[in-house]
Amino acid sequence: MSKKYDAGVKEYRDTYWTPDYVPLDTDLLACFKCTGQEGVPKEEVAAAVAAESSTGTWSTVWSELLTDLDFYKGRCYRIEDVPGDKESFYAFIAYPLDLFEEGSITNVLTSLVGNVFGFKALRHLRLEDIRFPLAFIKTCYGPPNGIVVERDRMNKYGRPLLGCTIKPKLGLSGKNYGRVVYECLRGGLDFTKDDENINSQPFQRWQNRFEFVAEAIRLAEQETGEKKGHYLNVTANTPEEMYERAEFAKELGMPIVMHDFITGGFTANTGLSKWCRKNGMLLHIHRAMHAVIDRHPKHGIHFRVLAKCLRLSGGDQLHTGTVVGKLEGDRQTTLGYIDQLRESFVPEDRSRGNFFDQDWGSMPGVFAVASGGIHVWHMPALVTIFGDDSVLQFGGGTHGHPWGSAAGAAANRVALEACVKARNAGRHLEKESRDILMEAAKHSPELAIALETWKEIKFEFDTVDKLDVQS
Amino acid sequence: MPFQSTVGDYQTVATLETFGFLPPMTQDEIYDQIAYIIAQGWSPLIEHVHPSNSMATYWSYWKLPFFGEKDLNLIVSELEACHRAYPDHHVRMVGYDAYTQSQGSCFVVFEGR
Repeated sequence: MSKKYDAGVKEYRDTYWTPDYVPLDTDLLACFKCTGQEGVPKEEVAAAVAAESSTGTWSTVWSELLTDLDFYKGRCYRIEDVPGDKESFYAFIAYPLDLFEEGSITNVLTSLVGNVFGFKALRHLRLEDIRFPLAFIKTCYGPPNGIVVERDRMNKYGRPLLGCTIKPKLGLSGKNYGRVVYECLRGGLDFTKDDENINSQPFQRWQNRFEFVAEAIRLAEQETGEKKGHYLNVTANTPEEMYERAEFAKELGMPIVMHDFITGGFTANTGLSKWCRKNGMLLHIHRAMHAVIDRHPKHGIHFRVLAKCLRLSGGDQLHTGTVVGKLEGDRQTTLGYIDQLRESFVPEDRSRGNFFDQDWGSMPGVFAVASGGIHVWHMPALVTIFGDDSVLQFGGGTHGHPWGSAAGAAANRVALEACVKARNAGRHLEKESRDILMEAAKHSPELAIALETWKEIKFEFDTVDKLDVQS
Repeated sequence: MPFQSTVGDYQTVATLETFGFLPPMTQDEIYDQIAYIIAQGWSPLIEHVHPSNSMATYWSYWKLPFFGEKDLNLIVSELEACHRAYPDHHVRMVGYDAYTQSQGSCFVVFEGR
């Protein structure tokens, strides 16, 4: 039925608030936490978000009538109160699949978290969750390898993987850097990692680092008889430079490279991920800048959304926080988004912050990486929280050992294996943590000293961003 | 001596991946790990290799994977039979997960020399 052009400004809710709408399986669904300006009705705020993140603009325009806008518009189909919060509410919005380019996370985010976040009728806006329809997921490449393939390549089974970041973060020459890598790997770690801000600085150009690290890995593999790797950071100032570094890592026979997906951007990340699959390279993903976007409880994007986007854009390992270490992260929320990284289906569960059923289809899983301010005493809790499909990374907890990095690495490896063995034998890791670690330390002077060194260190601050539940 | 160092020397050890950093397990401890494999619904699988080839992706199967086998004693007797047949080989116990096509558990029970 054709419509007539009626110039002027209409209320958004006339077009974009459709409480009777039943979302389609192919719709992309989003949940926003909205905090409107005083006096603006909820429906109008929610409809404005739907409009501004899809087809709408502030005025009616004649050219709308050239198309069937009802087919393309986003719709707010539900509004819910936020438990324990009077000023904010959740708006659930459905977007038709055709609004988005196939396989483009960049495109999805440009729509959903674009101009709308600066919209004046809103005081705050936070994207809490996205339900990606399977029809969209099947257009994404996803992780270049996934958990199963990574285990097969690295020959690591039946336990979490163990890593650490090379410290000091900045300032080591290539040769000294390779030395620290060698010490960690010969001590029993599976992986070492470039710090995120190691790219190619004057004190250590990337090519120099890659060569010394490659030698360290070859030597450690020869001496220990185990497979080893180092996340060579290929994040660079241009895509061309990024690929050049990745190609060189491949030439050296290295198993894994690393990228910072937020500072580098989703376009670069998706490109590198495709390169990794084509070239048989694993991809470790760091998340610098995430807390700028995800920490404020009322504004920005929740990390579960960034994690879902990364799984679609591509990566084999993603940093998720540690729950117990020096960085922010609530336990239930973390469990909620590590499910999104690893499972093939994640049901709606508000107690874990998951607002929708999410079907991942055949998309491979991503290892959850726990890194930042953790040490041997945290091991039982980490194994319990993160399970086997994770990488546990101890930086200070490796290099800070009184005997040096190799002994620190060995202490962590002994503690990890003792925890896995005890868990498999039916013991309760968190309740019996002290006994399990002390028993293991009887056979390992390295672990005994590590337990003594870090016995008093805790990071117990309240979490800033909590799940919205009535207390 | 004016200076006595408290720093120990860490000697690199050749290890065989998971549980390589723990002391050899007792019989009961090995039983516990096999019971875990069975309880998870994984298929027990025994593999062996000459130590000179321990980094190879493929170790030789002992017979075939014991698909669906839930008898702990049978698995233990197969481990021993494999060790008797190849006394100089490493023998490892695998919990094979057909759903993920991965190994939920994998550890060396007998070390060859």
